[in-house]
Amino acid sequence: MTTSVLYDAPGPRTRRRTLVGSVLAGLLVVAVLAVVGSRLDEKGQFSAEKWDPLVNPSSDTFDQVWNLLGGALVNTLVAAALAMAFSLVIGTLLAVLRITASRWYRWLVVGFIELFRGVPVVISIFFAARVLPTLGVDLDNLWFLVIGLTVYNSVIIAEIVRAGVNSLPTGQREAAESLGLRRAQVLGLVLLPQAFRAMLPALISQLVVVLKDTSLGFIISYEETVRTAGIIIQNLGNPIQVYLVVAALFIAVNYGVSRLAVYVERRLSRGKKAAATLSATDPAGAGAGGGG
Amino acid sequence: MNVILDNFSLYRDGFLQTLKICALAAVGALVLGTVVAGFRVSPVPPLRWVGTAWVTVFRNCPLTVVLFFCAFGLPEIGVNGAYFWFGVTGLVLYTSAFVCEAVRAGVNSVPAGQAEAARAVGLTFGQSLTSVVLPQALRTVVPPLGSVIIAMIKNSAIVGAFGVGGDLFAVGDTLTSARGEAALPVLTGVVLGYLAITIPGGLLLGLLERKVAIAR
Repeated sequence: MTTSVLYDAPGPRTRRRTLVGSVLAGLLVVAVLAVVGSRLDEKGQFSAEKWDPLVNPSSDTFDQVWNLLGGALVNTLVAAALAMAFSLVIGTLLAVLRITASRWYRWLVVGFIELFRGVPVVISIFFAARVLPTLGVDLDNLWFLVIGLTVYNSVIIAEIVRAGVNSLPTGQREAAESLGLRRAQVLGLVLLPQAFRAMLPALISQLVVVLKDTSLGFIISYEETVRTAGIIIQNLGNPIQVYLVVAALFIAVNYGVSRLAVYVERRLSRGKKAAATLSATDPAGAGAGGGG
Repeated sequence: MNVILDNFSLYRDGFLQTLKICALAAVGALVLGTVVAGFRVSPVPPLRWVGTAWVTVFRNCPLTVVLFFCAFGLPEIGVNGAYFWFGVTGLVLYTSAFVCEAVRAGVNSVPAGQAEAARAVGLTFGQSLTSVVLPQALRTVVPPLGSVIIAMIKNSAIVGAFGVGGDLFAVGDTLTSARGEAALPVLTGVVLGYLAITIPGGLLLGLLERKVAIAR
C-alpha cells in the first residue's frame, strides 16, 4: 500500500493533514457506533436475558441453543460440500462438452450454460423443491437444496474451467497433439490438469458463494443455520443477538476460505515466477514484496 | 402454459416490481460502493479500516442474514419504514461490497507511472484523478461492475423470497402455494421473467466489454 496510484509519498504538511483527518474520521466512527449502541441499549438489546442463552454457559438454554446451532452448521457444511462436489463433476463435464463439441450441437451446450447462468439460485432451489415432487421425485429437503445449488454452480464452474483451458498457451495443446495424443488424452492429461491448477483460486472462491447460498435452504425449510436461527428466535425472542452470532459464524468460515484462495493464488504465482527465472531469488524477501 | 396467460397482469406487475427493486438497489449500491472504495484507497487509516471491515462483513455474510438484520435491526436503532425499503437496503448493503471491490481493482489496475507522469507535468490531485486515473480505471471497471449488477438482479429474487411483496418470486410463490396452481408452468413463467432481464443484460455487457476493451 506504500505505492498508491493516487498520491505521492506524503511530506510533513500532508502527514499533518492526514493525522487531523484520521482523528476526525476516528471520532466520527466512534460517534456513529456510540449512537447505535445507545439506541440498542435503550431498547434493552444488551440485556442478559437476550444474550445469556448465547454466551453464558450456566444459562439453562445455552446447551440447547448451541446444540441446535452446531447441528445446523453441520447441515450447512454438508449441503455446501455435496453441492460443490456435484458441481465440480458436472461443471467439468459441461466444460469438456463445450470445448469438444462439434459445431452442429455446440449451440445446444452454450445455450444450456447461458440459460442456467441467468436463473437466480433461489429460483432454481425453489423450482427443485416445488416441481420435482410433482414429477414423482420424493427426496429430502437436503437434496432439493443440493440439486438447486448444483444446477446453478455447475454452470459457473464449467465457465471457470473453460476459462482455465483457454488461458493456457496454445503450445501446450500443439505439443500434446504432435506427440500423437488423442483428443481426449490432450484434454485429460495435458489441458485439464493445468487448467484446474490455474483456476484453483477461482474454484475456492466459488466455494464461498456456495456456502452463502446454502442459507437459501431456509426457503424450503431445510434445517441449515439461518432456518435454525429462525426457530431459536421464535422461542427466545432475541433476533439481533442470534443473527449476530450466525453472521459471525458465516463470516469466520467464509473469511477462512477466502484467505485460503488468496494463499493458493500467491503460491501459484510464486511457483510460476520461480519457474520463469529458474533461480531461487531471495527466499527471505517474501514478506517485503507482499503488496496487495 | 395457460396459467401464465391467465395471470399475465400478475406476472407483468411482478416483473415491473423486480425491475423497480433492481433499479433502486443498483443506484444505491453503485453510489455506496464507490464511496466505500474511496474509503479503502484513502490516505486516512480509520477510513481504510472502515472500508475493509465493511467489505469483509458484507462479502462473507449471506444476503439472507443481511436482510434479516435490516428487518430486525434497523427498527431497533430507530429506522422505521416499509418492508420494501428494508429489502432494498439489504440488497444495497450487500451489493455495495462487491461494487467497492470492482472499483478498487479498477483504480489499482492503472499503472502507477500514469499518475506519476500526471504529477510530473504538474497536474493537481483532482486533475490527475479526473483526467488521467479515472478515465482509465472506468474502462477496466465496467465489465466486472456489469457482472456485479447482473448478480444483484438475480439476488433480488432473495429479497422477493422475504415477502417484500409483488415481485416475480412472490408471484411464483403466491400462485403455487396460495392458489395451488401446478408448479412447473408457474415457475417456468417466473424463470422466463428473470431470463428476460439477465440474458439481454449479459449480451449488452458483452458488447460494452468489447467496446471499452483496451490493450495494455
